[in-house]
Amino acid sequence: MRPKLELLDKPLIERILDEAFQLIRGPGVRIAPYGFDLLRSGGASIDGDVARIPEALARQALATVPQEFFLYDRRGDPAVHYGGDDVHFDPGSSCLNILDAETQQARPAQSCDLVRLVQVAEMLPQFSAQSTAMVCNDVPAEIGDWYRLLLVLWHSEKPVVTGAFSASSLHTLLELLALESGGAEALRQKPRAVFDVCPSPPLNWSEFASQNMIDLARAGVPAEIVSMPLAGATAPVTLLGSIVQHAAECISGITIHQLACPGAPMVWGGAPAIFDMRTGTTPMGAIETAMLDLGCAQVGKHLGLPTHAYLVAGDGKLVDAQAAMESGISAVLGALAGINMVSGAGMLDFLACHSIEKLVIDAEAIASAQRLLQGIEPRTESLAVAMFAQTGLRGDFLKLKETRALFRGEQHFPSAVIDRGAPSLDGSAPDILRRARNRADELVAAYRRPEISPDREQAMLAFAHHQSRTAGLEALPGIDRCRSQTD
Amino acid sequence: MQQPMFSAMRQSIIDGLPATATSLAQQALSLGMAPLDAINNGFVPGMEAVGDQFAKAQMFLPDMMASAEAMRGAMAVLEVELQRQGTERPMAGIVVLGTTKGDIHEIGKQLVGTLLSANGFRVYDLGADVPGEKFAAKALELSADIVGVSALLTTTMRNQKTVIEALEKAGLRPQIKVMVGGAPVTRRWAEEIGADGYAKDAMSAVALARRLMEGKAQSASAAVLL
Ligand code: B12
Repeated sequence: MRPKLELLDKPLIERILDEAFQLIRGPGVRIAPYGFDLLRSGGASIDGDVARIPEALARQALATVPQEFFLYDRRGDPAVHYGGDDVHFDPGSSCLNILDAETQQARPAQSCDLVRLVQVAEMLPQFSAQSTAMVCNDVPAEIGDWYRLLLVLWHSEKPVVTGAFSASSLHTLLELLALESGGAEALRQKPRAVFDVCPSPPLNWSEFASQNMIDLARAGVPAEIVSMPLAGATAPVTLLGSIVQHAAECISGITIHQLACPGAPMVWGGAPAIFDMRTGTTPMGAIETAMLDLGCAQVGKHLGLPTHAYLVAGDGKLVDAQAAMESGISAVLGALAGINMVSGAGMLDFLACHSIEKLVIDAEAIASAQRLLQGIEPRTESLAVAMFAQTGLRGDFLKLKETRALFRGEQHFPSAVIDRGAPSLDGSAPDILRRARNRADELVAAYRRPEISPDREQAMLAFAHHQSRTAGLEALPGIDRCRSQTD
Repeated sequence: MQQPMFSAMRQSIIDGLPATATSLAQQALSLGMAPLDAINNGFVPGMEAVGDQFAKAQMFLPDMMASAEAMRGAMAVLEVELQRQGTERPMAGIVVLGTTKGDIHEIGKQLVGTLLSANGFRVYDLGADVPGEKFAAKALELSADIVGVSALLTTTMRNQKTVIEALEKAGLRPQIKVMVGGAPVTRRWAEEIGADGYAKDAMSAVALARRLMEGKAQSASAAVLL
């Protein structure tokens, strides 16, 4: 039996959906002019910048969304399955700062930090996808958006969770992906990336978000709605009220998206959070935030849609016990909820800061969560009696052939990040930060850059050079060698 | 008569009761109390207590919002009387706020705006995705003292500089203080772009705005002396 956690019962989900359909009908949803024609053509009415979406139209859109799809790796093999109860993890996206490995102080992220993070995530099987994890401060801000994707594609062959920062930059990102995939059609057939798109809470599909949704649908590249009700600030204070708002934002987004291209792949995703009433912050590590994520995802699952959530991230500023506790709890919860893509590992400080050491530690929490998902399964015909028949009461199970044959399946072996050694008598055992740093060093040392076919590599380089020169950048940091790089 | 009245006023702000605060303001006027007395000895001490308790985590943001609402209620009544008497409301300063162009994050900036107005500043919020020229035009129109610019994206942070340039271009920079904030913003960045101050959260934004106003007052009196 696979363990599973659900926070809502069926009648409650029906009430949530019923109110979500009410909300998109009235007060309606704010939408940018870019989407007016589509929505009108579907039968929605538009008054000023507010669209009122009839339930029938929304239901029709929900019926055309694919219930599952794959993201592909560089070799063209399906690597991430969005759908059912499959669970995948990727590092958090787009941080501002990195916790420096030496000083453990936050500083603006640079290209080589992103390269190192990608290398580490590439080597860790816990991450089925990469993310465009950092905006690099050593490249001009106007190209910072797509430059992240370039570095990830350059150094990884895993699928990528990404996103554009503006309506126009989406097309640069898509162009780059198409070059890497061998054309826009190849990208549509075997998408390598999924794009996060955030509506503004409450119920506002801004210019940027409307346009991203529509253009992604037309390009056939999966869109991941990252709806972000902040309970008590930009959404109702009750968890259920925020879950209703999340559903209404997702359903209205799906309506626009499916009107633009019925059958285009999309994800019911989110990064909801409570709004902390003492500090005015958006804690990602709060238990209620995780409860919101689980509730929102369950509504999406009820509709049969692929799901996403933001978990395994924390709010402290250091890689400490708080960070490990927040990530450990939410990795387990996300896995038990069967959320298809769980983003956030490695992040601190309300998604503002990444730490590669934390990413490595989070990978251990994720591995434990993945082990948990395998549940407790019978592996022998007799559960215990047959083994006792061999050992009697001697207790020497270590000698049994069953032990040797089965222990690997029963036990997950954490890396040296997790200390299970004998106690050190002189108190000199390295702390978790040191162990994590060593592990990251080892992974980077073992990393080899996956090959790209020379013609595509050339095309990507030509594109990058052309785009960056217009922004006044001559070299390509992170591609032209980083200090610790091994390729 | 005055002392119990003042403490009732103070309490109405702490408890966040707009109807009570409004009716206390009306009572005070009908009893012939000077509006500035009611403000300075009744309502403002209430808001100060709220700030203190918030800082000690004894009050929460929704409480603070209710207090700000109560303050607005009382001020609406008292301001009419002030105007009638030809006196000015003791206003802390005029602030134009907004989020930079290309950026749709607003929550932090709104929080800053709410706390500033609760603390006596007159705030005009331009919203999000605001180009530099619009900041300058509004600042000119309102004779603003302070322009506050928020940015939450690495890619839009540099537009804070564009706002400063727009103020310079409009010839407004000498008389306007610029403060900046938002998750990617640091003190170092503020210095680099020539802003007058940076604050990491809404409470410190109020303190910063007060400091900037003191700075303005000093340079103004220096100018008079010259
Ligand atoms: C909520 C949120 C959103 C909401 C915003 C809703 C709204 N109406 O504001 C939505 C969902 C719309 C959103 C959208 C996006 N977001 Co966003 N968002 C956040 C999040 C989680 C919290 C921001 C927040 O509101 N915090 C709470 C408030 C109270 O805090 P605050 O904003 O920091 O403000 C305080 C201080 O900074 C200061 N302050 C703020 N402004 C000012 C101004 C002055 C003058 C002063 C003195 C002080 C001051 O005082 C405030 C009060 O204490 C941040 C993460 C983070 N850590 O900041 C990401 C974050 C900022 N977003 C991010 C991204 C990437 C995006 C998107 C591009 C995602 C996408 N692909 O769709 C889009 C943006 C599109 C665009 N062009 O703007 C990134 C930024 C990455 C980067 N390196 O630049 C962050 C860091 C998260 C992440 N790691 O991905 N987002």
